[in-house]
Amino acid sequence: MSDCNGCSAAAPAVEFPGRKGVAPTTRVAVIGPPNSGKTTLFNRITGLRQKVANFPGVTVEQHTGLAVLPDGREAWIIDLPGVYSLAPRSEDEQIAHDVLTGNRGDTPKPQAVLLVLDSTNLARHLMLAAPILALGIPTLVILNMADDLRKRGGHVDLKELSLQLGAPVALISARQGEGLDRVYEFLAGAMPKPTPKELPVLQDVPKCRQWAGHVGNQAQYRPPVPPKWTRRLDAIFLHPAAGVLIFGLVVIAVFQTIFVYVTPLMDGVKSLFAVSGNWVASALPESLFRSLLIDGVWKGVGSVIVFLPQVLMLFLFIGILEDSGYLARAALIADRTMAKVGLQGKSFIPLLSAYACAVPAIMSTRTIENKRDRIATILIAPFMTCSARFPVYTLIILAFVPNRPVIGAFLGTQTVAMVGLYALGFIVAVITARVLKSSVLKSGRTPFLLEMPSYRWPTLQSLGLRLLDRSVVFLRRAGTVILLVTVILWIAAHVPFVNGKPPAIENSLAGTIGRTIEPAIKPLGFNWKIGIGLITSFAARETIIATLGAIYGMDDPDAQSQDLQKAIHRDLTPGGAVALLIFFAFAMQCVSTVAVVRRETAGWKWPLVQFTYMSALAYLGAFVAFHLMA
Amino acid sequence: MLQLSGNTGPAEQPVTLVDLRRGDAAILDHIDLPGEDARRLMELGFLPGTQITAGLSAPGGDPRVFQVDGSEIALRRETARRLKVRVPQSQRQV
Ligand SMILES: Nc1nc2c(ncn2[C@@H]2O[C@H](COP(=O)(O)OP(=O)(O)O)[C@@H](O)[C@H]2O)c(=O)[nH]1
Repeated sequence: MSDCNGCSAAAPAVEFPGRKGVAPTTRVAVIGPPNSGKTTLFNRITGLRQKVANFPGVTVEQHTGLAVLPDGREAWIIDLPGVYSLAPRSEDEQIAHDVLTGNRGDTPKPQAVLLVLDSTNLARHLMLAAPILALGIPTLVILNMADDLRKRGGHVDLKELSLQLGAPVALISARQGEGLDRVYEFLAGAMPKPTPKELPVLQDVPKCRQWAGHVGNQAQYRPPVPPKWTRRLDAIFLHPAAGVLIFGLVVIAVFQTIFVYVTPLMDGVKSLFAVSGNWVASALPESLFRSLLIDGVWKGVGSVIVFLPQVLMLFLFIGILEDSGYLARAALIADRTMAKVGLQGKSFIPLLSAYACAVPAIMSTRTIENKRDRIATILIAPFMTCSARFPVYTLIILAFVPNRPVIGAFLGTQTVAMVGLYALGFIVAVITARVLKSSVLKSGRTPFLLEMPSYRWPTLQSLGLRLLDRSVVFLRRAGTVILLVTVILWIAAHVPFVNGKPPAIENSLAGTIGRTIEPAIKPLGFNWKIGIGLITSFAARETIIATLGAIYGMDDPDAQSQDLQKAIHRDLTPGGAVALLIFFAFAMQCVSTVAVVRRETAGWKWPLVQFTYMSALAYLGAFVAFHLMA
Repeated sequence: MLQLSGNTGPAEQPVTLVDLRRGDAAILDHIDLPGEDARRLMELGFLPGTQITAGLSAPGGDPRVFQVDGSEIALRRETARRLKVRVPQSQRQV
């Protein structure tokens, strides 16, 4: 017997004890082709009892959760990536294959499988049933989208299908919660091994399709009529003129929301942190501990949380676009343009998101199946001008660029400078993508395939769970690292003690480091003060403002922005200011981004390559700019 | 209406998916791509003998959506060119 309870020698990668403190004995895998409704079903049966992690060593995300069966027992559910077959070619397929065959040491072999198929496209989806049933693991064949099948006049004889497949079959609607009792019944029941009437040769795709067609015929499968609404909507959304216009409007809506509408929310979060920080500060006696808590921890955590409204809004947008089916159409429309730089349509939305923040952008590259395209997109995303650069650009531009009209009252020099910096990041991203895609990340001939799902209304539950899931990942990964770095920076600014007191910042460890690196940054036109700012800005770009504020002895750099501008103006030549802007445009000064790239590429290689490349580019760019200006 | 041999190069060159206009249907003959890539396409329904209908496209005609085996799959021109098709006699009006 291979499906015993105690024989899994290796412990699961994620500890997943049940509510009673013991790991449930039933482990069930959910598998199915993409867009069959796996996630919807998984969310239905596990609700909020979910965990998300990466499979160790690979970029595939592992969603696990607990289902509570009607008899009170619990089952451990793992949602496997969407695949069309089990032939291990892509990373996703490899994972699905290895988990189901018990070949992943970190994930015990499941005792049962929920195979989710789209009942509105059953003949083709049944192809996946062949390799799954051949595994010999007890399987429930779930025909999802029952509501859609019914509405569009499709039909299938479940008894006969079950007979042909030698496995129980359930017709459900994961979205409406219909037919779920059959799923629970299966999970709580005896779970027999499948005994299919016959199985095709698995390596032979045409044979598999023939078999699937035959099984479908035996079960009187009548496919539903094509979705009327999808055709109608596509006639609009893919219309040569109207389609492009709508695409443009969607892009503008995303931009407008993350830059304009979310700003008050972000300001709100910011002042919430400031007020609560002051409040805590006034409640505590003056001490080093208080300074660490307020200036280190509080500000550090605050600097990440400030982005949460933006990140959530982005994920809400991406969620709506993806769940509604429009994302595939947007990718189709953007594909030609993206192909010019060697990327593809699916890179578009992540790159657009990167204008808000590279972290959610990099997380959303998961929709790109092609691994090389995905890595290329990840590598160029931080060049897009994220919102953390904005305050830095603003400070330096206000300090150095006199506002003179360029075109009447509409366009001033300061605006031109700002737009120029946005363009600069974009251009470097494009060049980098071209270089990468014509060298190390060349895609070979792997064809670009994009399945167009039917349009559907996004559901609140799915959007809500997605937001929750993404914000947990954002806060956990970014928050922990940022916290650590800010604490380290705080310590560096407060040691060594002089007469039992922390030193003035120029004598601190940070100051010493700033002076030590001064020879290295002098060619860029920066002095040691800017040097300290640069060092701290590697935690998060906008930190440089607070640091410079501290160095120039201003308690509240925001309120004293005028003074800060003057102080910087005194310390930097115009050439140095341009160099500093260029440095910020190119450098990867963001620990959160490094952390998320490590997570999403499953290793240190790509974040290191990216960090080195961007730093080198920043240094060279700043050097050239300083010397051209001098 | 399809204009097949006239403007697609040498007359003996088989017709490919690229030659289909919106609404045209054809039968897939074979896929001129390396094994793995062909397999991937086959898993999505592009099996020899299957009917493929050309659908809408991105502006400029590339990539184009094809209806095959109950799904809609978009392919770039460079890939569509590798899918050789037979056009049913009834549609061949050249
Ligand atoms: N009409 C209908 N739509 C569903 C059903 N289950 C899922 N969907 C929708 O199908 C789309 C894909 O579902 P999802 O769970 O993300 O699929 P996955 O890719 O297999 O995880 C989403 O827009 C869902 O809302 C269902 O039973 N009926």
